[in-house]
Amino acid sequence: MSLVDSAVTATLPKLLQRNAEQDPNGAGIREKTRGVWRTYSWKAYRDNVRDLGLGLAAIGFKRGDKLSVIGDNRPQLYFAQLAAQALGGVSVPVYQDSIASELVYVLNHAETSIIVAEDQEQVDKALSLKAQLPCLRVIIYDDPRGLTFYDDPILRSFESIVEEGRRFGQANPGFYEAEAAKGQADDTAMIAYTSGTTGNPKGVMLSHRNMIATAEAFIEVNDVKAGDNWLSYLPMAWVGDAAFTLGMALIGRLTANCPESPETVQRDLRELGPDVMLAPPRIWENMLTLMQVKGSDASPLKRWMFECFRSLAERCELKRSDGKNLSLADRLGLSLGEFMVYGPVRDQLGLRRARWCYTGGAPLGPDTYRFFRSFGINLKQVYGATEASALIACQADAEANPNTVGRPIPRIEVKIDDRGEVLLKGANVFKGYFKQDDVTRDTVTEDGWLKTGDAGFFDKQGHLVIIDRAKDVGKLSDGSAFAPQFIENKLKFSPFIREAVAFGDQRPFVVAMIAIDMQTAGTWAEKQGLAYTSFMDLSRKPEVAGMIGTEIAKANATLPDVQQVKRYLLLNKELDADDAEMTRTRKVRRRFVAEKYAPVIEAFYGGAKSVDVTMEITFEDGRKSTLNSTITIHDIASAEPVRRAA
Amino acid sequence: MAATSARRIAAQQGDSQLVVEGVSKRFGGVVAVQDVSLEVPRGAIVSIIGPNGAGKTSLLNMISGFYKPDNGRVVLEGTDITQKKPSDIAALGIARTFQNIALFSGLTVLDNLMLGRHVRMKSGVIGSVIYWGMAQKEDIAHREACEEIIEFLKLQDLRKQPTAALAYGLRKRVELGRALALEPRVLLLDEPMGGMNQDEKEDMARYILDVNQERGVTVVLIEHDMGVVMDISDRVVVLDRGRRISAGTPDEVQRDPVVIQAYLGTGKGGERT
Repeated sequence: MSLVDSAVTATLPKLLQRNAEQDPNGAGIREKTRGVWRTYSWKAYRDNVRDLGLGLAAIGFKRGDKLSVIGDNRPQLYFAQLAAQALGGVSVPVYQDSIASELVYVLNHAETSIIVAEDQEQVDKALSLKAQLPCLRVIIYDDPRGLTFYDDPILRSFESIVEEGRRFGQANPGFYEAEAAKGQADDTAMIAYTSGTTGNPKGVMLSHRNMIATAEAFIEVNDVKAGDNWLSYLPMAWVGDAAFTLGMALIGRLTANCPESPETVQRDLRELGPDVMLAPPRIWENMLTLMQVKGSDASPLKRWMFECFRSLAERCELKRSDGKNLSLADRLGLSLGEFMVYGPVRDQLGLRRARWCYTGGAPLGPDTYRFFRSFGINLKQVYGATEASALIACQADAEANPNTVGRPIPRIEVKIDDRGEVLLKGANVFKGYFKQDDVTRDTVTEDGWLKTGDAGFFDKQGHLVIIDRAKDVGKLSDGSAFAPQFIENKLKFSPFIREAVAFGDQRPFVVAMIAIDMQTAGTWAEKQGLAYTSFMDLSRKPEVAGMIGTEIAKANATLPDVQQVKRYLLLNKELDADDAEMTRTRKVRRRFVAEKYAPVIEAFYGGAKSVDVTMEITFEDGRKSTLNSTITIHDIASAEPVRRAA
Repeated sequence: MAATSARRIAAQQGDSQLVVEGVSKRFGGVVAVQDVSLEVPRGAIVSIIGPNGAGKTSLLNMISGFYKPDNGRVVLEGTDITQKKPSDIAALGIARTFQNIALFSGLTVLDNLMLGRHVRMKSGVIGSVIYWGMAQKEDIAHREACEEIIEFLKLQDLRKQPTAALAYGLRKRVELGRALALEPRVLLLDEPMGGMNQDEKEDMARYILDVNQERGVTVVLIEHDMGVVMDISDRVVVLDRGRRISAGTPDEVQRDPVVIQAYLGTGKGGERT
């Protein structure tokens, strides 16, 4: 029987209550402050949520009201979300790095009445928008630093609300419990705004049923134990974080751990050594890049050792995935490597205890994937969508494969329609877009199938394979299929390439815009004795362009002839969410980029050697300025010799 | 801005926390500072400006006890500190940073901050060696205080880094942290933004304001960036060739013709130099 079928476990706040009763002293949520991990037991977790909830009730928060949290992962912000839900309200987490104009849209659309802000930075942002947010009544701040002399009556400290809650609780005994008991499985728990690669963000309404049933199904097919540690470092507004830190953690009684600050995540990860882990490809790629950069600074003997054991591990991993047996020499080598290289590397990465790690949100390059697996990290792919409560399919331990996303989780039906689009049905399908019924009707068919917008197919084993966004898959002018993401992922495996955007739909050949990775390309340039000042300067160096050309040629060698990149250029700024070129989850907004860089694309196909670009740059505080420059276009000399060599 | 006005009112009402009365300092034939007086109200930010060689750093050195003035006296909260040793003055609650960063480059950020608390530590050598009871409790309390500063200055990710490996702007921030570790009531900052880029300057200005507002520390600042000085100071004192030529609110100083002629030199007060 599912938890949602019982009246006492049908909502997330009720599950918190269950945990507080079953395991009052167990670790519920933890945060690192002032260099020390501090634990809230399940009972303390519940008490905090209750007191805050009572405080919210005291200041007039009612059933159906919306509460937004904005900030880095902090227990207080999770308390706030659960407190709102306990009162029958809805949590609307927003991205902490959003600029003001994006926030206005989301907060107004969601009709947020209370904002819980982490610190002064977020309070300033909220205050600056006050006049444009008619529904907003109270801003609650957690960290009082810098706010001593703020006298706006809309501001309340977290402490004062909790105090008021305690008094309210004494005056109204049983109020919180009664309110929490009214919660139904089909109440909306949260509205997650999708970053939206096109147009304005859409508010995805997820019910308690969605979140609980999805987490239950996931736990059924994964090794999850009560008391496992989970690092809550993903943006709170991303549904993936909610699915784990609220969903999975409350249902499976995992301990959520909030890192000290965004800058310390890597170190906190190592200190904590989580038992389970989820990270988008960007993080895995970063880890690999960092390791390569650090590795290149090591002594020659260490480098040689690392290289030996790395190639051994990779060979063995390939053999294993082909189903071949390992020779005795391989096995001996691996055990020595485990002692000398693999174990220490896992320890450095903070993944020594991790029983499984997932990568999701976007495809991960197969070479990166294989690298981590060969080092003994159980890295697997997961596939999801905000509209499907973050989870659709995942891989079993024995079925890890970089090319698929595994099997659908239990009790979810997945099918491919005649156009190749992935459709699904089950308890994880969302309630609809908030205040956008017409869009909901376009997304969910009348008989309840959710259209994911992804093009995919099932392979022979029954694993789902995702090719690209259905609407991005195009054709080259000779009629052969063109899947931009597929090509970009190949390019992005180079440690020197941070982002790549490929074009080719309705065109004779494929071209790519490259944003270099400042860190690795910078290190490379220093080794070559090249002086540079900034990102722009570095990406204009002909030597760097030549080096990237070689990297592209390498990627081309793994691509079919027609899909190979023929011309490329190096962008003189990074693609940035503040400039709307990427979503807040760092996915390229392809159409927007195509429009913005239209002259560049024309120049690519017009055969020009260089192109003048005028770009608008948005700073974090929303100010804008323009950047004029000339960018050189390069040709890939010829992929042929490289291909033969490979 | 509400924040600033509230602080200014408090500053105006407050008594003078630090008073410098007619101090002079000569080095051989060179007169570095001549008969300079200065009143620092409790909770204020007071800036000392002036061209190179005006005697700003010498004045700061006399307040912190590095130099003994030839004439005049320095009074902190009613106590004459003119003849006291620098370490005693530090213990009384005056901390400073230096124009040229003076950190222990081989030590970590945390250790540098812990050293800053040295004057507040009571356990002796023997107690510290045994490290039990009082000494241990004390160490934990000091660590806690340092962690609070680390959080305040957003140095969490650099806690265990040797300061030698840090960028210049960060080292300046660590130096501010070490001064704060002393739990000062008056903070003397000698060109905290020298050599910084605009971003780093803005950050540092924010930290100085926070130190002043959140921790209630009185600040005496030497700084060359006029934009910053005029933005954050409650009072500005102008020195030229060892003499005080003007003093007042930033507006008054910017309008003072003597100052414009001697220092800003542009004929347009308020322009950044």
